[in-house]
Parts: sequence; C-alpha cells; structure tokens
Amino acid sequence: MDKQQTLAAERRNKAILSVVLAAICILWVLPVVAVVINSFKLNTFVKTDTFALPTSESWAGMANFVKGMTFGNYPFKSSVLYSVVITVLSTGLILVFCSMAAWYIARVDSLFCKALYFLCVFSMVVPFQMVMFTLSKTADVLKLNTPWTIPIVYLGFGAGLAIFMFVGFVKSIPLEIEEAAAIDGCGPVRTFFSVVLPMLKPTLISVGILEIMWVWNDYLLPVLVLDINKYRTIPIHIQYLKGSYGTVDLGATMALILLSIIPVIIFYLACQKHIIKGVAAGAVKG
Amino acid sequence: MSKKIGRGNSQTQATRRWAWLFLGPVVAAFTIGFVWPFIQGIYLSFCKFRITSDATFVGISNYQAALADPSFQHSFWYTAATAVVSLVLINVFAFAVAYALTQGIRGSNLYRTVFFMPNLIGGIVLGYIWSMIFDGILSHYDTSILLETKYGFWGLIILMCWQQIGYMMIIYIAGLQAVPEDMIEAAKIDGATKWQTLFRVIIPNVMPSITICTFLSLTNGFKLFDQNLALTGGLPYLIQPDGSTINTTEMLALNIYNTFYNSSTAARGTAQAKAVIFFVLVAGLGLAQLAYTRKREVQQ
Repeated sequence: MDKQQTLAAERRNKAILSVVLAAICILWVLPVVAVVINSFKLNTFVKTDTFALPTSESWAGMANFVKGMTFGNYPFKSSVLYSVVITVLSTGLILVFCSMAAWYIARVDSLFCKALYFLCVFSMVVPFQMVMFTLSKTADVLKLNTPWTIPIVYLGFGAGLAIFMFVGFVKSIPLEIEEAAAIDGCGPVRTFFSVVLPMLKPTLISVGILEIMWVWNDYLLPVLVLDINKYRTIPIHIQYLKGSYGTVDLGATMALILLSIIPVIIFYLACQKHIIKGVAAGAVKG
Repeated sequence: MSKKIGRGNSQTQATRRWAWLFLGPVVAAFTIGFVWPFIQGIYLSFCKFRITSDATFVGISNYQAALADPSFQHSFWYTAATAVVSLVLINVFAFAVAYALTQGIRGSNLYRTVFFMPNLIGGIVLGYIWSMIFDGILSHYDTSILLETKYGFWGLIILMCWQQIGYMMIIYIAGLQAVPEDMIEAAKIDGATKWQTLFRVIIPNVMPSITICTFLSLTNGFKLFDQNLALTGGLPYLIQPDGSTINTTEMLALNIYNTFYNSSTAARGTAQAKAVIFFVLVAGLGLAQLAYTRKREVQQ
C-alpha cells in the first residue's frame, strides 16, 4: 500500500514536471516564432503589435523578403556568399593544418613544440579586444582583407583551441599503430594522412562544428579586417541595417534575420548529436 | 608521453625532417593572427599613436588615463554586475533543467533540443531579435529599452539566460549521468529524502561540472560584446558634470571598442591600455579556473 502511494506520488511529480518543462519549452521558441510572425508584417505594425498574428491589415506577404534582398543598399545574397566562403575556407584550413601541427607537437619532443603548445593554450585565454587593433592593421598590410584571404587570419587566431583539442586526442592514440605503419614502409606524411587522420575523425567533427559556429556568427573580426563597403558577412549586414542612420524597416530586418537563422536551425537539426558532443568537448575553452 | 622518448627514435628523426610541412602553415598564420599582434599590442599600450607605425613611447600614462576614465570604471562595474547576476541565474536554471531532464521524463530529447537551440544563433542576430521583443512590450508603456538603464540591464540578462542555459544544461546533463547509480540507490535505501539525496549525494558528485560552468559563464559575461552592441549599443547616455558622457549599458569590451573607433584617434593609446587591462582580467579568471580544477583533480 505504502509503496503504491509513493509510486503514485512519483508519477504525479513526473506529470507536473512534464507540464512545467513543456511550458518552458514553448517560452523558449517564442522569440523565434516572433521573428517568423513579424517577418510577414508591415513595418509600422512590428513595434505596436509585436505579438499579434498578422491580420489582413498588417499582412505584408513576401514584400519584406523582396525588399530585404537589396535592403541597406547591399545585396543580401552577396553577404550569404561571403559568409559561406569564409566559413568553409576557414574551417577547412583549421582542420587540415591544426591536426597536422597537433600530431607533430604530440609526437616530437622538442623545446620548440613545447613552446608552441604553451602559446596555443595561452592564446585561448586572450580576449579578441586585446589584439583587435593591431591584428586588423597587420591583416591590412598583408592584404588578408578579402573573403578569400581572411581564412588565414582565422587559422591564426583559432589555432589555439583546435591544436589544444587535437593534441589531447592524439596523445590517447597508441604509438604502436604508427610504429607498425613505419615498419611497413610509411613515411611520416603518409603515416599521418592515411593512418592518423582517419582515427582523428570524431575530433575533426567536434572541432569542425565549433569552428563553423564561431566563424559563421563572428562579427568583430570580419568587420575590422574586411573592407565593409565591398564585403559584408551576414552578421555585418544585419548590424549595418540598424547602424545606418534614418528609420529602419523592422519588417524587412526580421525577414533577413529569419532567412539567416533558417540554415542554422536546419544544420542544427541535421547534426544535433555531433553539435552537442562537440560543444561539450569544447567546454574547456574559457 | 614518456613513450615517445627513447622509442621509435629513427621514426622521430624522419618526422622531424617534415617539420616545415606539419608546423609551417600554422606557425606562419599563428604569428600573423596572434603572436605578432599580441606583442605589438602590449608595446603600443605604452605608446601614443594614431596608426601603428607612428608610435612614440610614453610610459605608463595610457594606463593612468585608462584607470581614471569614468566610463571605463562604470563599464567595469556594469560588466561585473551583469556577469555575476547572469552567472547565478544561468547556473541555477541550467542545473534545474538538467536535473529534471535526467529523471526519465518522456520527450526529454525534444526538450533538450529546444533548450540548446538559441546557442547556435549569433550574438548580433540575438540582440536584434530581443530588441524587437522588448520594444514590442515597452512601446505599450511609451518607453524603449534604449531609454532606461534598468531595462537594458535586465534585457541583457534575459537574453544571456535564453542563449546560455541550454549550453550549461548540456554540461550538467553529462555530469549528472556520470553520478554512480548505486550511490543514489544506497541513499534511497538509507531513507534519504529527494532533497537530501540531491544536496548530499548528487551535487557533491557533479562539482567538476559546476566549476566548469561557473567559470564559463563568468568569462562569457566578461567578454560579452556582440549581444551588448546589438541590444542597446550602450544607450542611454548619462552626461557627467564635467561634460563627458557615459554609456550606461556599455560593457568592458564595447567600451574598449568605442575608445578605439568612436572617439578621437588620440585616445587609441588609452584604448590599447584598456585592452591590456581587460586581457589581464580575463586571463586571470582563466588561470583561476585552471588552478581550481587542478586542485580538485588532485583531491579526487
């Protein structure tokens, strides 16, 4: 009897908990819902009827999206293109070169490697504001101020975390495998690319996801390095809609925000498991 | 670690010959993207300059100017308040949600997916989403988030909670799942209540996660920039008796940015000195975390 009562109480508690969680869940998606609703509203209604569904009076149809394409005197599709180019190139460079360097650091015992590893860990605690002025000048001088060359800057500033994570994983791989490869006649380059790299796959995914999330959403580095009259990434574009003087069309802004978060949400739903694992692995970064 | 010395020496020799290939690209980019700007940044903080090439050494006067700047002092206290308040709220809620989600409730995965989602949206976009929402509410009271410091403050706190609770929740869930099942079982058999089990068994066991999350949210709070810029941009102003202005919702990172790019170029030395002070502060927090986690690892 007593046991039954506690079981019933437990079931009731779980039911209450489910309801509370469901309520918080709805609260959690509301901001995104608000973006969706308002992207279909006329500008004047966004501020006054933010939380109302569009009515026949406030309905703007696709006008906001059409306007958004050229809004702020800059084509939105260019900023999408530049964001994709910068994110893909930067992530690719970081994955290839940092895994190579990390393997070398983990396997070769030299003072230079130790110093380099120490500098990498050190760079993880340095906030971007510390180097932003000098870095943007250096990038300017070296002509790293285009979407095709800025990935080198990302490789430099992002190397710390990537190398730290790769070194941690390489150290857990038994050396015997590489020794066997060497006995079979593999040189270091081939050992790395055909033996080590395939084993690094889980870490490559984790690091890749962290870098994609960082570069895609980054605002300050590209805005300081790129020539923003020519090249705007999505965050820069959205900031400059609001930043430009005069009235801002909130409806069109929301349409652009919606367009920019849809790919992110699809990406998230598609590789949710990897993303959550990658983020948990990267939690070491302060 | 000890394995690589002594063993496979000829192999190491062969690898060393390829150092230029394995290390070259990263060393070059790391020098351009971090080492050189960092060294130059330290040097310039002791200089008067407009552009990096016309620097003249002035000693510590930039640091004196930075520390005496009322807007910098204000932004420090404002940042500290934001970081501490958000730290407490984020961690309490994240732990509560993680705890609830490890109780075997149906639909836990869906909840987890939803709570984590805001993390993927960038700071600038987050700022504009929430500024629309807050202004949508406040416009009914004929005010705006840009008009009152307290709205800006709590607005930013809500935004940070929305963004970061899901992230911390993931770390807490991992910690909670690692608590040995038999320990909880034993507590139950000994007659411990749910609350006793939580405070005496579960929380001591997830202390490592709590440490990580506490420091993470603290450093996140101190380094916050995009969200601050997009939500209020530092507004509203407060005019000082001496005629200078303070942006009342401006955090440290934004204050440094504004000193560099939105005031006279003569203030750039001061801005770089502020950046160094900021770096020491953030790095100090990072080192404290490292020391603290190391100490705990030894104890366990």
